[in-house]
Amino acid sequence: MAEKILARASGSESVRPGQIVDGQVDLLYMHEMLALAIKPFEEIGVGKVWDPAKCVVTVDHWVPPPNEQIARMHQSIREFCWAQGIERFHDVGDHGIIHQLVVERGYVHPGELVIGCDSHTNMAGAMGAFAAGIGATETAAVLATGKLWLKVPESLRVQVRGTLSRRTGAKDVILKVIQTTGDDGAAYKAVEFHGATIQAFPMNERFVLSNMTTEMGAKAGMLPSDDTTRTYLEEVGAGDAFRPVDSDPNARFLKTYDIDVDGMGPQVACPNNPANVKPIEDVIGTKIDMAFVGSCTNARIQDLRATAEILKGEMIAPRVRMIVTPASQGIYRQAVKEGLAQIFLESGATFTSSTCGPCFGGHMGVLAPKEVCISSTNRNYPGRMGSPEAQVYLASPYTVAASALYGEITDPRGL
Amino acid sequence: METRLSGRVWKFGDDISTDHIIAGRYLGSMESNVLAEHAMENVDPNFSKKVKPGDIVVARANFGCGSSREQAPIALQALGISCVIADTFARIFYRNSINIGFLVIECPGLRDRVEEGDAITVDVSAGHVVLPSGETLAFPPYPPNILAILEAGGLVSKVRADLAGRVT
Repeated sequence: MAEKILARASGSESVRPGQIVDGQVDLLYMHEMLALAIKPFEEIGVGKVWDPAKCVVTVDHWVPPPNEQIARMHQSIREFCWAQGIERFHDVGDHGIIHQLVVERGYVHPGELVIGCDSHTNMAGAMGAFAAGIGATETAAVLATGKLWLKVPESLRVQVRGTLSRRTGAKDVILKVIQTTGDDGAAYKAVEFHGATIQAFPMNERFVLSNMTTEMGAKAGMLPSDDTTRTYLEEVGAGDAFRPVDSDPNARFLKTYDIDVDGMGPQVACPNNPANVKPIEDVIGTKIDMAFVGSCTNARIQDLRATAEILKGEMIAPRVRMIVTPASQGIYRQAVKEGLAQIFLESGATFTSSTCGPCFGGHMGVLAPKEVCISSTNRNYPGRMGSPEAQVYLASPYTVAASALYGEITDPRGL
Repeated sequence: METRLSGRVWKFGDDISTDHIIAGRYLGSMESNVLAEHAMENVDPNFSKKVKPGDIVVARANFGCGSSREQAPIALQALGISCVIADTFARIFYRNSINIGFLVIECPGLRDRVEEGDAITVDVSAGHVVLPSGETLAFPPYPPNILAILEAGGLVSKVRADLAGRVT
């Protein structure tokens, strides 16, 4: 799939792994990192962005701004978008975590080369796109030229079969995959997901898989586009953009991982590495101080429904704080409409507007030394969510919510 | 581009993530000297005070994994680190470093052949590291497109030159 998409993006008949190509970018999306790209963009000296209609901008890391420094950052982004005529600028109130925002607004389409200035850009690959992250200086170069050099990656195939246990889903599957590959097992490579288990996943679960290929070190993570993709695109008003993208039956992969998840239960990534994964049975009873459901990985409406299913009519444990932060304002509105917000608040959880905040230790729920957090997010390196002495366990929203009720890591299947 | 540089070694292990290199709480700052002050704080709180300009970071696999934050190589560069040598790098960190003209070199095995504080010399043109014993350890050369960015002094200068139609 990667080779097909990069061939199209570089105007070639075909490309092969190792070849360096200049890709024409179909979509460039940006968050606060844009503020760091403005100066190098100005230094390049082209004046105008190559194609404002191919750019999407929001603010997500610090929303609303917690201090003047960030307020200035947002101001510079706002002024840049207005001056450059970037119409798809989603300011505070209309915002979302960028990876969620670009899929739920129908901006990402199968077969496209999608570039974002964030490591979890891989998530957009669930739409059948090649989506990769870059930094600020390179963002400036793409803003100026619309092009990006890419080394065509080797592809890995992750083949998943079997029926999962109750209250076990894509988060548990991807943690199992990361345990198998290691946190650099897919470095510089593209990862493709196949198999009956994957095909049966709805889009919200597929996003979890591609999202966390970042924690395998992957350049891109992708799924073939199929009827599920088509239906999703229709729902978000971009049905016309559907096209089938899949690898050929005889496509060559550097390696294939066959993973049988039949009967598998919840998985947990233990401190301090996302590949340090254990079955929940090994960590049940670990005391926690905070439970967090949020981030681009697991804070879609289905994740909030799962959280509410566990919390409904219950109170979270004494001496535990729980924070629920939706992945976008659209999801926030939906959660209020469905009565989920009421369930969270009555159970003693804090329900916030959308931000990346706690996931990267930015604001709205930063950890103190020695604190233990169970989180539906994606990384648990030391200091990721605050103090380097804090400990973070990664799990599904079901597991996070169940653990919040008991104040210790708890198997959601027993509730 | 400096092609021959000498410096003292600071050793790190596997999977040094961008959260180790510069923690999320400092990302609000746009000033590189503030970032430099907190570089590697999650591994060694006094790192920035101990480093001298020209020092070299040597690590094992997957250096710079995690976030796309360009503040990570900016922090090390602003601290005066002359280059990072690792067995392997995470891809975004690697690209970000090259793009800001900060030397990153893949030289598998070096980490286990040097001690902290050793003086080593990196010769980019020759493609080797000179160890304190005088022995050399070779590393693969940069591909031409990456070398072109480094020689231009970073991606901004490279794109400027390309757009102006000049040969770099």
